[in-house]
Amino acid sequence: MEKRASLVAPERLTVGGYAGLSAGTWRWIGALVLIALAGALPFALSKYHVFELTMVMIYAIAVLGLNILTGYNGQISLGHGGFFAAGAYTAAILMHSYGVPYWATVPPAALICFVLGVLFGLPALRFEGPYLALVTLAMALAVPQLAKYFDGWTGGLQGINLAKPLPPPGLGLDRDRWLYLVVLAVLIVVMRVAANMLHGRTGRAFVAIRDHPVAAAAMGIDTARYKTLAFGTSTLFTGVAGALAAVVVGYVSPEGYSLFLSISFLVGSAVGGIATIGGAIVGGAFIQFVPNLANDISDAAPWAIYGLAMLLFMYAMPRGVVGTLGPWLARSMQQIRPQATFGENNNERKGRTL
Amino acid sequence: MHQLLQQIFSGLASGAIYASLALALVMIYRATDLVNFAQGEMAMFSTYIAWTLVNAEVPFWGAYLITLVVSFLGGMAIERVVIRPIENAPVLATVVVTIGLILIFNSLAGWIYSYTVQDFPSPFPDRPLFGALMTTRDLGVIAVTLAMLALLFAFFRFTATGLAMRAAAQNPESARLCGIRVGRMLGIGWGLAAAIGATAGIMVAPVLFLDPNMMGGVLIYAFAGALLGGITNPVGAVVGGLIVGVTENLVGTYLIASQLKLTVAFALIILVLVFRPNGLFGTAIIRRV
Amino acid sequence: MAPILELRSVKAFYGPSEVVHGIDVAVEEGGMTVLLGANGAGKTTTLRAICGMVRREGEIIFAGERLDRRTTEDIAGLGVAHVPEGRGTFIGLTVEENLRLGGYTRGARPHESMQRMYGYFPILAARRRQQAGALSGGEQQMLAIARALMMAPRLLVLDEPSFGLAPRIVEDIFTIIERIRREERVSVLLVEQNASLALELADHAYLIETGCIVTSGSAKALADDPQIRRSYLGY
Repeated sequence: MEKRASLVAPERLTVGGYAGLSAGTWRWIGALVLIALAGALPFALSKYHVFELTMVMIYAIAVLGLNILTGYNGQISLGHGGFFAAGAYTAAILMHSYGVPYWATVPPAALICFVLGVLFGLPALRFEGPYLALVTLAMALAVPQLAKYFDGWTGGLQGINLAKPLPPPGLGLDRDRWLYLVVLAVLIVVMRVAANMLHGRTGRAFVAIRDHPVAAAAMGIDTARYKTLAFGTSTLFTGVAGALAAVVVGYVSPEGYSLFLSISFLVGSAVGGIATIGGAIVGGAFIQFVPNLANDISDAAPWAIYGLAMLLFMYAMPRGVVGTLGPWLARSMQQIRPQATFGENNNERKGRTL
Repeated sequence: MHQLLQQIFSGLASGAIYASLALALVMIYRATDLVNFAQGEMAMFSTYIAWTLVNAEVPFWGAYLITLVVSFLGGMAIERVVIRPIENAPVLATVVVTIGLILIFNSLAGWIYSYTVQDFPSPFPDRPLFGALMTTRDLGVIAVTLAMLALLFAFFRFTATGLAMRAAAQNPESARLCGIRVGRMLGIGWGLAAAIGATAGIMVAPVLFLDPNMMGGVLIYAFAGALLGGITNPVGAVVGGLIVGVTENLVGTYLIASQLKLTVAFALIILVLVFRPNGLFGTAIIRRV
Repeated sequence: MAPILELRSVKAFYGPSEVVHGIDVAVEEGGMTVLLGANGAGKTTTLRAICGMVRREGEIIFAGERLDRRTTEDIAGLGVAHVPEGRGTFIGLTVEENLRLGGYTRGARPHESMQRMYGYFPILAARRRQQAGALSGGEQQMLAIARALMMAPRLLVLDEPSFGLAPRIVEDIFTIIERIRREERVSVLLVEQNASLALELADHAYLIETGCIVTSGSAKALADDPQIRRSYLGY
């Protein structure tokens, strides 16, 4: 058996029609219910919890970016903290030095990070496995150093303090809840965009390149173009997350974007499920909450608990929470209503007809 | 000119330390096809064990030997208990597990031994050589690293176990068909790597002083060095480590912006890799489709 | 003559699916037995079951030892040399290193055995320092067989040696296999889709379809059987 187990393409529940409505309609209803719940949540929680959940969503966007690269395109990046920082500093500098309103900083941050990602992706085409990891690692290490060096722009070690944005008047929302809803909106958009891209032609090309690069090239897929596209899209998403983080937290400094952040994203991605979209949210939650929980459990060696948590998650669910539970759920639903699905079940059927 | 030579030699000495940890990384990569990011923290922990022994009045070389054995066994145990359960999992899962190990070892060391910086004795006296170009300690470190390289090279090239390990790493199923106990090979690989790492840690500690965060920077440079040399090649690891050490030193001395030392050093390494994507001595495996 | 390998009611599984349903096979000592069948019939799975590479049930007896409870490495050490489907060559290692690995269980002096292998397969001698991955399909097949022989096995298990090879090369390889059987005094269990060639060389044959043995007998009997001729020999 190969060590690298082939990952299933996008997880999907393919439940047959039920109670007169089609599967697609059920999915829409489910999504709307979730969105409504998510939207109502901040009004039931304290300001600090709302802030924490906002950070979860921001991390989820960042992790989703990483998922596109690692999960769907098979390229491991240790450097996404650097792109996160790039997005954050772009937003911060625009707001601080040029007075750009907070909501207008996201598109430039996205664009700059996309370009950075493509520039990175081009030479990265030559590298595989640990070599690619090294190249991305360089990004993670370089950005804080560059931020300290160009202190004229970035405020150096002191960083930049930003005024927290005001919610629009008349809505009766305070700052934290307003920002929560803004980030939620961005998250929904980003997930939708990712889903469209990954469940379509581009996504299939990505998976083909990941699983069988030679065959993909032989089929006429422009491997270079798609790999570069994957990099650029991935860093775009993470850059957007970074920009949002700068706005929500109100402060950027080199210390906030250390190597540990890049590693956290990678861990979040793995824990959630790297070839999934929903897993990004699980990953974001993991990054935000588990270190605090670890501290509660043991204040003598909290990071050991965090490390242990990583190990346990990987043993229990090596493909991540959504990566493992998704297909399992699909299989159980299949038992309610037998339908053809992709991936895992193919092997079973092959076995019987042998 | 004198300063340049001095910086080069000093770079070689720190490079030798990177090289020795890089050897451990290459060892595990050859044996198990993965990068053990926790190699540095394991080395640090081994060094603390040696430190405990030395503090208990055990003579230095005895402490070193005991540490080697304990590290070897510990490495085997970690492979068996921590890594084996996920050997068929996606690569990323093993990456995350090694990262988890980093946190666990670091945190445990801090908890057991505290974060206070400690002294650590060196077996080599610290006398200047060649008109203060380098010290006897530097020479000792380089000599030890080269000795480990020679032993490792001979092991892989000339012994049956070494060949079996390479086979087990490349194609475990075929290796089993040849009667090779793949599990045991993996364990031996990790054990040897841990022992090499322990040696690296013991050489670092007198210079950087012993504390739980001692090996963090070393690991990053060792990783870069191993890849620069070619992650499958022990000779490459040493050459890569030395080059990284010298580059780091020269960049740090002659570049005006010392805060960018790491950035520039890495940029140079990556530049080389662009032309040699498998490292200087690495070989791409020919794959017929 | 007692069979050197016996399978009794052996079942084999791919994951949760049972793909071989309780078969009985015997390989005579010193003889060549061939397992025929179409794609997906269960031939490879049977071989993998013998060597412990898939989950199995039933009795597998080799020279008095029960194999069904042993690991692949142990089985190799007992004297069963399996050349798997796809050859299983170590493509990153040299030809010589591949051969040395074959001799791993036999201890420290592979030199003589290697010379003998070069005698059977001169092309390997010419390429001994090259990376195995650079060899052609036929050469890799020869290397795989040579590696198996380095184990000084009592039983040689070959999984579709003709796969993907040109007919001329296939003939060469089969000639060598027959020669090896005689000179090395090794029993051979052969799985093949190329039925006519296999039946020419073998003593006994089994026909397996969807995991069950449907016919067995001497190779000549199977070759003469009109149904088999129609289905598998094409005339």
